Amino acid sequence: MTDHPGSADDGATTGVVERLARDDVERKRFLKMAGKRMGAGAAATGLAAFIAACGSSSSNSSKASTAKAAAPSTTSSSSSATSSATAAASSGDLAIVNYALTLEYLESQFYAKVIASGLFKGAVLSTLKTFGAEETQHVVALKGVAMKLGTPAAKPTGKFPVTSASQVATLAATVENLGAAAYLGQAPLIQSKEVLAAALSIHTIEARHAATLNLLTKKSPTPNGAFGSPATMQQVLAAVKPFIA
Amino acid sequence: MTETDLSNPELAEVEVHGINRASFLLKGALATGAVYGASAVAPFVSNALAASSDIDILNFALTLEYLETNFYQVKGKAVHLSGEAKTMAKLFGDEEAEHVAALTGAIKKSGGKPVKMPQFAFPVTNQAGFLKLAYTLENVGVGAYNGAGPSLTSKALLAAAGSIVQIEARHAATIAVLTGSKITPNGAFDRALTMKQVLAAAGPLIKK
Repeated sequence: MTDHPGSADDGATTGVVERLARDDVERKRFLKMAGKRMGAGAAATGLAAFIAACGSSSSNSSKASTAKAAAPSTTSSSSSATSSATAAASSGDLAIVNYALTLEYLESQFYAKVIASGLFKGAVLSTLKTFGAEETQHVVALKGVAMKLGTPAAKPTGKFPVTSASQVATLAATVENLGAAAYLGQAPLIQSKEVLAAALSIHTIEARHAATLNLLTKKSPTPNGAFGSPATMQQVLAAVKPFIA
Repeated sequence: MTETDLSNPELAEVEVHGINRASFLLKGALATGAVYGASAVAPFVSNALAASSDIDILNFALTLEYLETNFYQVKGKAVHLSGEAKTMAKLFGDEEAEHVAALTGAIKKSGGKPVKMPQFAFPVTNQAGFLKLAYTLENVGVGAYNGAGPSLTSKALLAAAGSIVQIEARHAATIAVLTGSKITPNGAFDRALTMKQVLAAAGPLIKK
């Protein structure tokens, strides 16, 4: 790990989205980090590192990924890692990222309107501000990823009813539970491991928001029981259609 | 690592069975075991030796779910929880038990052998300590699944893991609300934890 300054451990596992959005060098580094750390004889590394190592030594991943190029990036050459990641992400992943970006735009706008409404104060307002700021960070990150893959989706104009605190809280809970379901529905369809890692890192934030808002509105934090329910793109787009001007 | 680290008979046996592609992870886990206590690592090591990488991951997850289930269902009773904490622990314990059942089934269906439940030791004696550790464990669960998810080769298993990690995140947020802790302790993007990081948190809680 000689060429990774300071917190190489953290660097391998945090801020996936931001780093993906930043530049190709970081993306390549993300792909290669595991191998370098293993070469250095480091103690236990991540499961991802382990699997990556297995893939490059035994061709396991190429066998498993079939023709869909689901595991593009376990080779040791940086140039092939970059090109295969790009190829895998050029169509389907871009559509998924843009879909997520659209949802995050709407969530961000929704929270902005709610915060400006004056309906909330104190701890609840503070929580809503935090959630809104996080959705805005998702927008920035996803837009960056979309720009790496192609053309980002246009920013939609949301229209949300904001009439009372209880109505807004209920709508917020609905929106966040839908968001969690949307990410869960897309995860198995994402080709690029890097985009998947980014989506997963956002998915559980939506879930945390959803649980919190469910508690606020006296609903179960786990409304679907022990297993989150996925929603398809069609289901989600139909549900958010009334909120797009 | 040095040979002394392999002197534990339990681990030596594992080493004998350790083959090919699992050997790297084994070495890593043993190195970690030297720090955290060798016996604590044994369940994780045996996970690493399964035939398939997806099964490795599922068994790793199963160990964490055993831990969470035991924590809520056994330790929760032992510290005499009350009020909302008691209600929550009952619900979450039931849901973690469902995760155990689901993962056990998935491992068998994938042709693997589910690991057995290890013995646990949770260093908490009251409700406040219980909730604090619950918060830690759920957040570790989130990070563990998010870290392992991209390595799953089966999309069906990825979907299953996703449906479970969403619940871990919901649990973590609920405990945060209950205790006034941070709902999103990692900010806008949840961290993906490495096995080393998961071991650092969970390993000391595993007796055998």
